[in-house]
Amino acid sequence: MKYVDEYRDAALARVIAEKIARAARAERQYKLMEFCGGHTHAISRYGITDLLPANVNMIHGPGCPVCVLPIGRIDSAIELATQHPVTLCTYADTLRVPGSNHLSLMKAKARGADVRMVYSVADALRLAQENPSRDTVFFAIGFETTTPSTALAIRAAEGLQLANFSVFCNHVLTPPAMAEILGSPHAREFDTVPIDGIVGPGHVSCVIGSRPYEFVSEKYRRPVVIAGFEPLDVMQSVLMLVNQLNEGRHEVENEYARAVTRGGNAKAQELIADVFELRRSFEWRGLGEIPYSAHKLKPKYERFDAEARYGIAYRQAPDNKACECGAILRGTKKPRECKVFGTVCTPENPLGSCMVSSEGACAAHYAYGRFREIAENTR
Amino acid sequence: MCLAIPARVVERLQADDAIIDAGGVEKRVSLALVPEAAVGDYVIVHAGYAISRLDPEEALRTLALFAEMQREMPGVPA
Repeated sequence: MKYVDEYRDAALARVIAEKIARAARAERQYKLMEFCGGHTHAISRYGITDLLPANVNMIHGPGCPVCVLPIGRIDSAIELATQHPVTLCTYADTLRVPGSNHLSLMKAKARGADVRMVYSVADALRLAQENPSRDTVFFAIGFETTTPSTALAIRAAEGLQLANFSVFCNHVLTPPAMAEILGSPHAREFDTVPIDGIVGPGHVSCVIGSRPYEFVSEKYRRPVVIAGFEPLDVMQSVLMLVNQLNEGRHEVENEYARAVTRGGNAKAQELIADVFELRRSFEWRGLGEIPYSAHKLKPKYERFDAEARYGIAYRQAPDNKACECGAILRGTKKPRECKVFGTVCTPENPLGSCMVSSEGACAAHYAYGRFREIAENTR
Repeated sequence: MCLAIPARVVERLQADDAIIDAGGVEKRVSLALVPEAAVGDYVIVHAGYAISRLDPEEALRTLALFAEMQREMPGVPA
């Protein structure tokens, strides 16, 4: 497959691994965070950790939209589906995220709520058009990758004068979360892990470009390398970070130049700017409240805002006590350090959000990494 | 969620829709965010929408860099 196979060449991966091994200085540690869940998945799937020297460590970041959505937001979606006469449309992963009282959207559906899984927001819009007598709500989640398509749907709904379509908006922003991880004063309320450099998001950057990370690298003096999602992309980005750290540089570099430009997708950015504005604050699972880190609909589109339309008020809800998703999303714990990992909490029956999505650190480690540990333990 | 795939534009349809081919699987997606994409171009598709058009020259540049590294290190076992 073009643009895929050539970036998965095993012999080349060994060459880059050798380059990293020669570049990494024995006297220091390299703690690198892959922000994006897509990279976490690739690192687990291709066993990239095994190709890195012992002093180059990958730390999983919070870039999995399903994972960072706090329980209170899932509860609100369940409230919408069960207390209001609506059809709630959602991406697949959110169906299985546990909410309060042992509920999930999947269980709400089993109990009779009208919850539908959709592949894209266009499917939800179509459903609203085909069923004019019934309200359709789209449970919008995601980083900047899905925000523009939600904006397109809202604009289309306005053009069609659809009175029965609205959006429960939970779109979040990448750069504020990255800044938070790298040590805003607020983050110090939590346990944090020192991070030397960041493997930056690839597909988020298709939309926002590489420019928004420049303030992050300048302010926190950490290198950021935007990376593609194939194994060679990730390896090459690690090499670029190691080289920057060796040379005392902290710049934004772009390994994924075939898809990402400095300015990003201008059309998508215009749409986001027209439809959305920043929330003063938004709660993230594991990171707490982060100022100006999420979008809401602008007042001119308020009639498409499900929160206003159905009077949904956000209520904070505690995580399951045994679940370590919070610490895992901050990079301070690894999935195997969670007591319920792989026992009570599995992809079939997830206790926490990191076990739900394939990008979640726990799900990725469950699918691929745990076999490596079994092999190590039986050696 | 952010798992997106490169796919070839096979046919442009009405409005901003198109048929794309992702490793042999054809699917209808929207090109509304990359209206400049033409038949034969590769795009990154995410949740039903193309979000970026792949630049073949930049792709080759990255591959050329890898090839150069391989030449520099002929001794690494495959």
